[in-house]
Amino acid sequence: MSMILDKVNYIYSPQTAYEKHALKNISLKIEDGEFIGLIGHTGSGKSTLIQHLNGLLQATSGGIYYNGRDIYEEDYNRKELRGKVGLVFQYPEHQLFESTVFADVCFGPKNLGLSRKDAELRAFSALRSAGLSEEYWYQPPFQLSGGQKRRVAIAGVLAMKPEMLILDEPTAGLDPKGRDEILGQVKAMHQELGMTILLVSHSMEDVANYVGRILVMDQGSILMDGAPKEIFKRYRELEAVGLAAPQATYLMHGLKEKGVPVDTGATTLEEAKESILQAFIEAGKFPPHTS
Amino acid sequence: MNFIEARKLVHEYFRRDEEGNVEGITTALDGVDLDIEPGEFVAVLGHNGSGKSTLAKHLNVLLRASGGTLWVGGKDTLDENYLWDIRQETGMVFQNPDNQIIASVVEEDVAFGPENIGVPTDEIWKRVERSLSSVGMLKYREHSPNKLSGGQKQRVAIAGVMAMEPKCIVLDEPTAMLDPSGRKEVLEAVEALNREKGVTAIWITHYMEEAIHADKIYVMDHGRAVMKGTPREIFSQVEKLESYRLEVPQMALLAYRLKKAGLDIPAGILTKQELEEALCRLYGEIGEKHVDDIR
Repeated sequence: MSMILDKVNYIYSPQTAYEKHALKNISLKIEDGEFIGLIGHTGSGKSTLIQHLNGLLQATSGGIYYNGRDIYEEDYNRKELRGKVGLVFQYPEHQLFESTVFADVCFGPKNLGLSRKDAELRAFSALRSAGLSEEYWYQPPFQLSGGQKRRVAIAGVLAMKPEMLILDEPTAGLDPKGRDEILGQVKAMHQELGMTILLVSHSMEDVANYVGRILVMDQGSILMDGAPKEIFKRYRELEAVGLAAPQATYLMHGLKEKGVPVDTGATTLEEAKESILQAFIEAGKFPPHTS
Repeated sequence: MNFIEARKLVHEYFRRDEEGNVEGITTALDGVDLDIEPGEFVAVLGHNGSGKSTLAKHLNVLLRASGGTLWVGGKDTLDENYLWDIRQETGMVFQNPDNQIIASVVEEDVAFGPENIGVPTDEIWKRVERSLSSVGMLKYREHSPNKLSGGQKQRVAIAGVMAMEPKCIVLDEPTAMLDPSGRKEVLEAVEALNREKGVTAIWITHYMEEAIHADKIYVMDHGRAVMKGTPREIFSQVEKLESYRLEVPQMALLAYRLKKAGLDIPAGILTKQELEEALCRLYGEIGEKHVDDIR
């Protein structure tokens, strides 16, 4: 089970003055159960790419295969695809509209043609998975905090029971705690529900902390594809396309240059801490009270 | 003398049901004291719903106090007569770059404010040129705003405020919707205005890194200003900040964790540079001792 993109091209407004080649020959395989980070500066094609994955945009050329089937085949049920590949847009809370949180989350499954009871059962478990406390379920969504509203919006997509969840900057505008809570919840959904996750993010720290694989986009192409350690090693190239490595990586490189033998592959604070302590232990004077 | 001074500032909202009946009262600001001197760069931190934006809207009298007092530029914000003076002196920049630009050409957008208050045409163009160059956007003066990046749009919005020649500029999460390079552009532009033109800046943000170079930080929680101090003072209190749903900058956090693990790291580290130097010094000392031991 996987999603395969084969030489996907997309051109906005072809044959007009505004023609823009937004995706260039993208070939990609996303395996079941992966947790992928998609990074790239504004305008690099991230949003265009993710809208292809659930069929909102149709490639100008090239093919997309989901679980072995060509999604552009005439008899392919693309409405069903949109249920299987859930897309959480930026600032999804702007799309809440029902009078209660619970009704809002029921909207999607009802629209799929489910009975009221089944839709409610799905809303129930989706709100649980999104980590929204029960006291808010029957309140108007507009009275909730930014982080809570975002959970409602994510629950609305989860209620469609997607196999793959795409989140476009799910933490934008949230305070640090709210950011950690949402990402923690996404991680739990990945682990407990076995969902494939594609996270679009501008935070290299978040990407380093959570994902197993990073895709770097630039000017409509996939520039790099690999494990976080491999990608952040190439921080000079990342800088050239308007990105950066996590701060921890820069610290490790700086220390190494100045003669402290640390692992420059560290990308998270925890890894950096371990590697620094290790270097001090090997220098023979740490922990401080043992000789 | 303080440029901004708040004493026990209170703001209450009426919550209404669908028929417009008052259901209850939300206290968005609950006795805020604020002292901001002319020319300071002040960062305001706080979680979603802590009252930061409500506070910002008081500073140029988009909202008025329900209780307490607020003086801006020596003028009482409750005095109707000062309303336009205060708004002219204290400009505001909001979160969404797309909501703040009204003209179809960059220079016309920047000219809108001064034109509105009857500045003579010659002077308007001088101001447009000065303010666009102060944010590094002069070469885009004849561009259409909708082709600009988010960071560029925010800088145009800031230029629009600067064309009013304000003494103070209040920025309410100006970088929340930008990518890292856009965030950097906007922060650097405002830091330069503050440094070179002496404009008082109030910078509201969720990004702790952006507060590192501020003169002073206020932390808001439940409508109160619960912490006040220099970045070093504020960011050395990791656990307290966490209790307010905030965090400390990455390098300060790593320094804190290393210290907790037993490394003898000095307090108050904020940047990568500082941590790198502290670790090298420590490692060097240990290295020397180690050599002595072998001898």
